[in-house]
Amino acid sequence: MIIPRVPVQHRRLLPDRRLSGPTPWVIAILMLLTLLAAAAGVGLARSANAIGDAIAGRVTVQIVTANPVTRAEQAVALRRAAAAQPFVRSARAVEQEELRATLGQWFGGEDGSEGGDDPVLQSLPLPALIDIDFVGEDRARHMGQLRALVAREAPGARIIPHAEWLGPVARLIRSLAWVAGGLVVLMTLASGAVVIMTARAALGTHYATIEMLHMIGATDQQITRLFQRRIAIDTAYGIALGTVVAALILLLIGWQWSGVTSGLAATASLGPAGWALLLALPLLAIALAALTARLTLLAALQKIL
Amino acid sequence: MTSAPRSGGAMVEFSGVGLRYGPDAEILSDVSFNLQPGSFYFLTGASGAGKTSLLKMLYLAQRPSRGIVRLFGEDLVSMPRHRLPGFRRRIGVVFQDFRLIPHLSARDNIALPLRIAGVSEEDLSGPVGEMLGWIGLAERADAFPPTLSGGEQQRVAIARAVIARPQLLVADEPTGNVDPEMATRLLGLFEALNRLGTTVVVATHDIHLISRIENAQMMRLEKGRLSDPTGALRYPPNRS
Repeated sequence: MIIPRVPVQHRRLLPDRRLSGPTPWVIAILMLLTLLAAAAGVGLARSANAIGDAIAGRVTVQIVTANPVTRAEQAVALRRAAAAQPFVRSARAVEQEELRATLGQWFGGEDGSEGGDDPVLQSLPLPALIDIDFVGEDRARHMGQLRALVAREAPGARIIPHAEWLGPVARLIRSLAWVAGGLVVLMTLASGAVVIMTARAALGTHYATIEMLHMIGATDQQITRLFQRRIAIDTAYGIALGTVVAALILLLIGWQWSGVTSGLAATASLGPAGWALLLALPLLAIALAALTARLTLLAALQKIL
Repeated sequence: MTSAPRSGGAMVEFSGVGLRYGPDAEILSDVSFNLQPGSFYFLTGASGAGKTSLLKMLYLAQRPSRGIVRLFGEDLVSMPRHRLPGFRRRIGVVFQDFRLIPHLSARDNIALPLRIAGVSEEDLSGPVGEMLGWIGLAERADAFPPTLSGGEQQRVAIARAVIARPQLLVADEPTGNVDPEMATRLLGLFEALNRLGTTVVVATHDIHLISRIENAQMMRLEKGRLSDPTGALRYPPNRS
């Protein structure tokens, strides 16, 4: 039982001073920060996983043969040969116009436009690019097979795994997710410490009552239930308050995030499991607070005859 | 749960008991006595003689540093802590400083031992009301201790100690704050309980109080040692 049942008459043994102490407010702040850190951790972890899945099986073959005609022939031959391989899910030649449009964003046009029609840009010898997605998980074997294919169809072409340049970003995001997870653990420990201090302070404040209760035959369990109930209720108030504020903040961020549809940011979301975790955290926190209070109280009472 | 008392049926047996707090000299030394069921004892001695320390061991708030203490036939020195509450429920204690719970009414303070023992509200309201009437505080049943006079608080403390009909009643200066008439009534209550089989131990300085109880035996503490010139405590006469 998270909040133990105590007869109404027994509850009066502790004076009613609910929410007058700092405990519910400190717990509310810690719960708010815990939920925000947990949400950030879940969002970042999902983002890192999404990026990892997207780049893990994708490579770009860059054909840099100087002769444009030979380069184009090699590109066509390689795309066709790759598409016929069982280990390739898709092979797509990147259009030259698409390449120029991308480069135009950096070079700029004469009239300040993106520069797709710029004569200098038009004259640049652009490589032929072919994006290839592998089938399945056996990346190393597929890379070996692709290397052989490339050596045969387009000698001198370079194979660029996307994981090479996006991998560090995914790893950074994953590291940040771990940091957020660490913060959740630290704040959980801090919440536990607050509950321990509260339990000890309550025992100190009500020592005379506890001593009296012992003298008339109250068991440790009876006394513990009284305090455990009070502490569990106080922390539940704090946790509820922190959860409501965190929920409002997360909904606001989610509403603003919904406008972001491109780039890495679009991969961040909580998902059903993430929301379930966030909903479970406050309940786990109440259970943890009640358990911590119970163990602290029983340990302290053991020191009194 | 309770085995038969040893030492000639003694309810309480102290044998070679010593008590010290920390590294200091012993407060009590070589204290040996037996308390017989249904007997009435006065404990006297000068201030600092160790009366309160002896009473603390009697009501299980303190274990001795050495010696043997048996209560209701069980060795209390080595008794595991979790068994103590069951024994404490058989002992009523009147503290010198009352120790009433200030945020509970007089009624709730008196009802406390019954509630802790699990008596239902229905079953405890009668005895508590009766006890309030007996100590003359029926009109003040809902008053809180800080609003009661010293004498009223003492009466509530005594009522709390006897409400559960304990087998052993330990009282530390129980009449120190009441007028002579109330002192006589309270002593009458102790005597009545004693006649019903409760063993009573009263620590007091009041010599007049001692003379009012017939057949009461006296224990005198001097500098931490129990004087028993007649040997009545060690070898009590058979009570008919």
